[in-house]
Amino acid sequence: MSLDTLYREQIMDHYKNPRNNGKLEECSFKITDTNPFCGDEIEMFVKMQDKKISGIKFTGKGCAISQAAASMLTEFIKDKTLEEVEALSREDVIEMLGIEIGAVRVKCAMLSLVALKNGINKYREEPR
Amino acid sequence: MKQLNVEKIRKDFKILNSTANGKQLIYLDNAATTQKPKQVITATKKFYETTNANVHRGIYKISEEATKQYENAHATIAKLINAKPEEIIFTKNATESLNLLAYTLCSGLKESDEILLTQMEHHSNLVPWQQNAKKLGLKVKYAEINKDGTLNIESFKSLLHSNTKIVSVTHVSNFLGTINPVEELAKLAHAIGALFIVDASQSVPHMPVNAKKINCDFLAFSGHKMLGPTGIGVLYGKKDLLEKLPPFLFGGDMIKEVTFEDTKWNELPWKFEAGTPNIAEAIGIAKAAKYLEKTGLDKIQQYEAELTAYALKRMEEIPDITIYGPTADKRGAIISFNINGVHAHDIAAVLDEENIAIRAGHHCAMPLAKLLGVTGTARASFYFYNTKKEIDHFTETLKKAKEFFK
Repeated sequence: MSLDTLYREQIMDHYKNPRNNGKLEECSFKITDTNPFCGDEIEMFVKMQDKKISGIKFTGKGCAISQAAASMLTEFIKDKTLEEVEALSREDVIEMLGIEIGAVRVKCAMLSLVALKNGINKYREEPR
Repeated sequence: MKQLNVEKIRKDFKILNSTANGKQLIYLDNAATTQKPKQVITATKKFYETTNANVHRGIYKISEEATKQYENAHATIAKLINAKPEEIIFTKNATESLNLLAYTLCSGLKESDEILLTQMEHHSNLVPWQQNAKKLGLKVKYAEINKDGTLNIESFKSLLHSNTKIVSVTHVSNFLGTINPVEELAKLAHAIGALFIVDASQSVPHMPVNAKKINCDFLAFSGHKMLGPTGIGVLYGKKDLLEKLPPFLFGGDMIKEVTFEDTKWNELPWKFEAGTPNIAEAIGIAKAAKYLEKTGLDKIQQYEAELTAYALKRMEEIPDITIYGPTADKRGAIISFNINGVHAHDIAAVLDEENIAIRAGHHCAMPLAKLLGVTGTARASFYFYNTKKEIDHFTETLKKAKEFFK
């Protein structure tokens, strides 16, 4: 495997120009998570409207895989329902990235989805 | 001093010849664990094939032979660090050795007593003290580090006072590579009546370590970082102190006499070795110690110092690199670094494509990483089977990584 297969052009593009990067001043919920293994950090902001995700932003520090996965995920989940996000699996994220990924780096790839699902759980528990 | 014959040494480590995608393994994660020579692997295998039996139990030949080999392993490790065999306790690893100390020593302290550590401790020499202190109302203080990653001796001195009962310090930092002046620190600690403990996980494998000369009260290290098997570690303690210390784990083998009401403890070191020990691993660590002694720890230290100085020089050629820790003369064979624009994890992944193994992360020292203002670093750590040629390939690949992420 070469570097170009490990870091496909699309991953490098999302890493260098992350989509939906930043913060939402007004959001329905936000969540932070870290990956202590390599020190990846992520904060996600979600705005709901008519039971769908109308706005999403994220900020974070981390390796190319974790940041690109977050960028791709935010693009993918816009206008989706929370149930649709909860149905996403590890395989879906790996498919999105389009690369083979080892057992350790899966944690980087999954950071944003895991954070988002935790955020959804908390959001559901909150009284409104 | 005669040079090491590294080409010959490498033949003892079969794994160094392994390849992935046609690329030979370059193993630069020796601070995490070292590779094992065939002599160590053969010794443990031979034990299982010829004399496997429990120790201190059977009145039959192979059990007596197992007992003899297990007890001899204590003597071999004692010789390595200039101690008495009864001062050597086998544990699972340095972490367990330090936990043993934290639990047993802290139980004898009173509220407002203090424990002095440094800001560069591995979690294994921090969390056990911190948690026991919380439980018992003790205070933990941390001596500061200087900008260059060396210990700030003035800070260390200023935190030592009559309430300080325990001082526990790493000999060589697994993060910064810093070699601490443990002999000097022992004198300072003893001057105010504190016990002095050394975490020698990163020193015993790489240099001559003399527990008597350091004059530490206790010293801990792991077998797997010094060519030995996993699952075996060492706690050295001065005999009179170990005799006074209560046992940590209770059960078989650590007892002399048990009634329904009470128990008398076995003699040293068995008082601290409850249950069936890691017999094969003890034989393995003894073989590893003999391998190191035969190779010559002074020669190993000199060779690794040259290798580390060479690596530092080559790494400084890389644009936007930050190297943490002190200059080569104050450093063990460990180099933590970051390259601006390439996350440590990506550095490790790019190196892995060349079958070069390094570590990326916080290196089990999260408070130190935070202090340095980083979420993690990449870390290359060497052993005496590594070569300058390997370091050349490592640094060339770092340049490639920087170029790729430009």
